[in-house]
Amino acid sequence: MSNILSAKNIVKKYAAHTALDDVSLDIPEQSIFGLLGPNGAGKTSLIRIINQITGPDSGEIFFENEKLSPKHVEQIGYLPEERGLYKKMEVGEQALYLAQLKGMKKAEAKKKLKYWFEKFEIEAWWNKKVEELSKGMQQKVQFIVTVMHEPKLLILDEPFSGFDPINANLIKNEILNLKKQGSTILFSTHNMGSVEELCDNIALINRSKKILDGTVKDIRKENRSNLIEIEFSGNMMGFTNSLWTYGKLGENWSEGENCKAQIELTPGSTSNQLLSSVLSAVEIHSFKEIIPSMNDIFIKKVGEGNSIGTQSNFTE
Amino acid sequence: MNKILLIIKREYLSRVKKKSFILMTILGPILMVGIMIVPIWLSMQKTEIQKVEVVDESFLFTGLIPEKAGVHFDYPPIKLEQARKGFFDTDYNAILWIPKNVLNGGQKGIKLLYKKQLSNAAQQHIQYSISKMLYEVMLAENHVNVDFIKDAKDKSEFTMLTMQVDEAGNDKKTNTGLYMGIGLVAAIMIYFFIFMYGVQVMRGVMEEKTSRIVEVILSSVKPFQLMMGKIIGVALVGLTQFLLWVVLSTTLYSFASTTILKGIDIKQNVAKEEVIKIGENLDQTKMGKNEDPNEMTQLWNDFKSVDIVSITLCFLFYFLAGYLMYSALFAAIGAAVDSEADTNQFMLPITVPLIFSFGIAQTVMQDPEGALAFWFSMIPLTSPVVMMVRLPFGVPAWEILISMSLLVLGFLFTTWLAARIYRTGILMYGKKVTWKELGKWLFYRG
Repeated sequence: MSNILSAKNIVKKYAAHTALDDVSLDIPEQSIFGLLGPNGAGKTSLIRIINQITGPDSGEIFFENEKLSPKHVEQIGYLPEERGLYKKMEVGEQALYLAQLKGMKKAEAKKKLKYWFEKFEIEAWWNKKVEELSKGMQQKVQFIVTVMHEPKLLILDEPFSGFDPINANLIKNEILNLKKQGSTILFSTHNMGSVEELCDNIALINRSKKILDGTVKDIRKENRSNLIEIEFSGNMMGFTNSLWTYGKLGENWSEGENCKAQIELTPGSTSNQLLSSVLSAVEIHSFKEIIPSMNDIFIKKVGEGNSIGTQSNFTE
Repeated sequence: MNKILLIIKREYLSRVKKKSFILMTILGPILMVGIMIVPIWLSMQKTEIQKVEVVDESFLFTGLIPEKAGVHFDYPPIKLEQARKGFFDTDYNAILWIPKNVLNGGQKGIKLLYKKQLSNAAQQHIQYSISKMLYEVMLAENHVNVDFIKDAKDKSEFTMLTMQVDEAGNDKKTNTGLYMGIGLVAAIMIYFFIFMYGVQVMRGVMEEKTSRIVEVILSSVKPFQLMMGKIIGVALVGLTQFLLWVVLSTTLYSFASTTILKGIDIKQNVAKEEVIKIGENLDQTKMGKNEDPNEMTQLWNDFKSVDIVSITLCFLFYFLAGYLMYSALFAAIGAAVDSEADTNQFMLPITVPLIFSFGIAQTVMQDPEGALAFWFSMIPLTSPVVMMVRLPFGVPAWEILISMSLLVLGFLFTTWLAARIYRTGILMYGKKVTWKELGKWLFYRG
């Protein structure tokens, strides 16, 4: 699969601090790519560079294997974290203006906007001023404005913030829909639940450096802790004795006959060896490997990074 | 369509469609025409004669004070006490009392007692006529030939003709007061235009920054395009308003003068007279001089002799270039701050040269070829106002060219400077910006 966007060795410095330090990324076509990191890690700086709002001090960005240039802005849609529209301007007029800035023809933009306004059931807002709309309504309009020119690359910074659960779901389905239709989505968020649910690939940035990247599946696999959780009925003592050298008992709970225990596999042992060993001792109800959530991985990786050197300041 | 054109179009239409713009456009000419028409109209309305009862104990003036300035004089043979007693039963506005010993130093006792104050013109007329008559009487009593004095005076008084000589040997008649008037009106207009619309640019930039739409827009266009689009859009709004004012004022004025002022013979365009009058008042050498009825016609002829075409062209140039230079700086301020309250510390250094240039306008008028006038009409920050003041007096072409080139350079420089501050500031939130900080922004890479 080819990459829609590649960032190579991006460095961005401000007077006192480095916002991005030699960051490289590859975003595969037609995928959802999660850009993760604590506040102030450099995500927004990177997103602004991809949007050509600012330029890198060194390093290069390639869009479909071409050096990123102003003609590519028409292929990119951007929903910033801090949203805003012209308050005094009418919704329809404003959407048309922003569409034309993205290079759409007026008639074409009108047609597209009509489609989206009908889809979101907001046709009645066309002639309203933005300031007359509620915050959630404004967010819907802004989402439409971001996607209406059918960009190949959609950059969404915390897209679900400000939406109620129903509308968040609506937006989530639209994102999946857009991916199905061929768009690539670069998705920056703190919401790890949505990362596991939506993202194919991620990159984790902490303190201006990329500290982790790959597919969500691989990352979770790589970061597995060798912990196995077993639910069984029987005697905890007998269970512990049956572990032999295959594993070490970790946290455990028992309530009469019903027990649950976490076993840490000893290096070199397999889960099959462990299972056959305990089978004879107790009656097994469930046997599963504990795979860390993206949230756990995020906290672990960022924590590791911060224990080295001085404490990073997360607030901007 | 080119993106900067789209931005200009939005900036222009969103402002022109505003109620405040439409209101200002309509109210402006009404106000202007009102200022011109109302005084004339009022003076026409004043048909009421002010009656003055003259109690002349010297019997020198009885029946002799000329009736002018809307004053009528009666000379009843009564004493002051009698006149005072019955004053409020009569319809006299005032009693003029002239003591018996007026020829022997008693002239300081001449009094005007009024119920309701007479107009300034009437008071001046009374004082002037009595003074003149006293003077003549005294000369006559001492056997001095009054006619001879008059003749001598007429033959010795003159207004100096000033002529500008060019290299081809042609003389050009000049009129200082008129030039001052034209220069001042042009300078005032440039000053207000820069201020009004410069601040509009600043507000517009701040609106985009605080509403956060700027990030969306900057993902489609370059910061420089957004900034220039706004500056040009607002300039067009200003020009539109200016043009509408001229057209509406002229229409309204001609309408008003044919209806309201019907029957009154207005030989000259009052607007032009106003211009001249402003200049006259400033020209201290002419102050206090009596207005000769022929002088107005003369002034109008002088006005026609001014090179109106080139002054108008220069005006448009300084009007626009001055605005462009300052508005770039205003845009930079708007981008650097988070709220209107923070603008003050940065506004000051920008407004100082503008206010200063306006402040020295008077001095420049007195000596339009002096060193002060020369240097400040070259420095870009002050040249739009100062050069406009100098222009009607005639400025050598090379000076105008240098001044214009420097202004264009100044405009390019402030735009470059502003663009660098703008592109960094517009995305910077929650930071208290200092001068030092602004300085650093100049050297960030795009």
